[in-house]
Amino acid sequence: MTFGLSPAEWQVVALSLQVAIWATLASLPFGILAAMALARGRFWGREALNIAVHLPLVLPPVVTGYLLLVLFGSQGPLGRFFEATLGLTFAFRWTGAALACAIMAFPLMVRAIRLALDAVDPKLEEAAATLGASRLRIFATVTLPLMLPGILAGTVLGFAKALGEFGATITFVSNIPGQTQTIPTAIYSLLQVPGQENAALRLIVMSIALSAAALVASEWLARNMAKRVRGS
Amino acid sequence: MSIQLSLHHRFPDMELSIDCTLEGGLTAIFGPSGAGKTSVLRAVAGLLHPDQGRLRIGERLLLDTGTGISMATADRRIGYVFQEPRLFPHMTVAANLRYGEARAKGRALPLGFDPLVALLGLGELLNRRPATLSGGEGQRVALGRALLSAPDLLLMDEPLSALDTRRKAELLPYFERLRDQVGIPILYVSHDVSEVARLADTVILMDKGQMRAIGPAADVFAGGETGDQISRDVAGAILHVTVAGYDERDGLTEARIGQHPIWLPGRIGAMDDRLRLRLDARDVMLMREVPQGISALNVLPATVLGIAAGPGSGALVRLDHQGQTLVARVTKRSVRALDLKPGLALHAIVKSMSVTQERVGPA
Repeated sequence: MTFGLSPAEWQVVALSLQVAIWATLASLPFGILAAMALARGRFWGREALNIAVHLPLVLPPVVTGYLLLVLFGSQGPLGRFFEATLGLTFAFRWTGAALACAIMAFPLMVRAIRLALDAVDPKLEEAAATLGASRLRIFATVTLPLMLPGILAGTVLGFAKALGEFGATITFVSNIPGQTQTIPTAIYSLLQVPGQENAALRLIVMSIALSAAALVASEWLARNMAKRVRGS
Repeated sequence: MSIQLSLHHRFPDMELSIDCTLEGGLTAIFGPSGAGKTSVLRAVAGLLHPDQGRLRIGERLLLDTGTGISMATADRRIGYVFQEPRLFPHMTVAANLRYGEARAKGRALPLGFDPLVALLGLGELLNRRPATLSGGEGQRVALGRALLSAPDLLLMDEPLSALDTRRKAELLPYFERLRDQVGIPILYVSHDVSEVARLADTVILMDKGQMRAIGPAADVFAGGETGDQISRDVAGAILHVTVAGYDERDGLTEARIGQHPIWLPGRIGAMDDRLRLRLDARDVMLMREVPQGISALNVLPATVLGIAAGPGSGALVRLDHQGQTLVARVTKRSVRALDLKPGLALHAIVKSMSVTQERVGPA
């Protein structure tokens, strides 16, 4: 079961999946929080947050990557902070690739979750409050379950986006085989060298297969979840 | 358990003001749409924060804007049945019913899970999802769910208004059983006079945000001293009668106020059942002599209590019949022609057929 991929190519695929999965899972709680704040929150700076969340969607990825380098690089203020507190280094590590992918996928994820949240009827939350449920319990037992299809859709969308992220990743953590080289950056490298078209093609097919699988999974999950939530 | 309620709130288009003390039973807040009835319930539940207000249920002070007390909705122990069931769509009926149990913990339920399920006829529905329920079934589940959270007070906001006439007729008996068997004070909002007449012990009349009258249902619907408290469309008597027999041949139920029979169409209740029925003021005719050769079956001796002339051509006449108040809406011309005045003895005539089924319920 190698699908004709060499061990080095499998390493690229495995690292890509690792990066994308971490990027998605680690940003999910923040995605839910941001979506809640944007959909329901009434606070000063809400517009600023909205713009900050959506900026990576429109900014040239190379700019986002550069900003990450400045902020999270080994000399950057946030980079030093995470190094000191959590022992977490981003610069030229797979963790940095995951961070870049997470930032780039974040707006898509937040949008999907926010749509799901808008579809949750606040009247149900009111009813839960009159039954004695605290705000936390209302969120856990009513809001969150009803948002679940949207959260899943957002997660899969974010995952697919993370899997394909190129510009910010290569700018922030470069393209180091076995360290930070993901499928898109590997394809890019292969295409720079004459005679490597076959290897590139194998990764391209793999990339298409993974993306298509993610979309199919998302459709299927969303449909089944929606059915369970609606109870019909 | 006594309930003290006082609310003042300024909306952009209306000023809400209500001040009352309630002593349990079912209190209906009655008035046209836009009268502010729902806002009262929302403020009581803590879903609306009034400019000024005070709410005390028994010993618990839930709201006092003067001292800055405003308990969170979840802590108020107030059940709320909304216009639509608002069931959680991702849970079964049973899980919906048990949602409020956490709050009920440690306090006696007025009715346990199983008896309540039986009372509301929910046994068959427990494993179903809300999406598969009819409107009436959904509302019964919502009622059960609210009761199982052991509320000190139950709010019901036009729980029948989204249902058709048949479902309404199906649901009303459940509400009557609830009122008579569960013993939680109920604040019931409605703009439907037949619903209120059947259910309410006490009526609060509201219009344009203001409380116009409060009192026993029979008094409020009789129009009070001046008759201007109640609009002509809803003025009427609420009579308490006892079933005394059934005439097989004609299909009429004999009900009595004291010794005097009132004939009602169809078979209603069983022997000695207490009923309450509403007589629309426009369905009552007055005569000074005992009428002869008349098709109306009910000729009730009565004494005029008071006459309230309206702004138009009509007048509302309140009469005493064996201690219960009858109301007749007649023209001012008739008032003059019959020389009606307080103390006058005459006869009130009520067609049996004007007392339709939906106007009769258990007392």
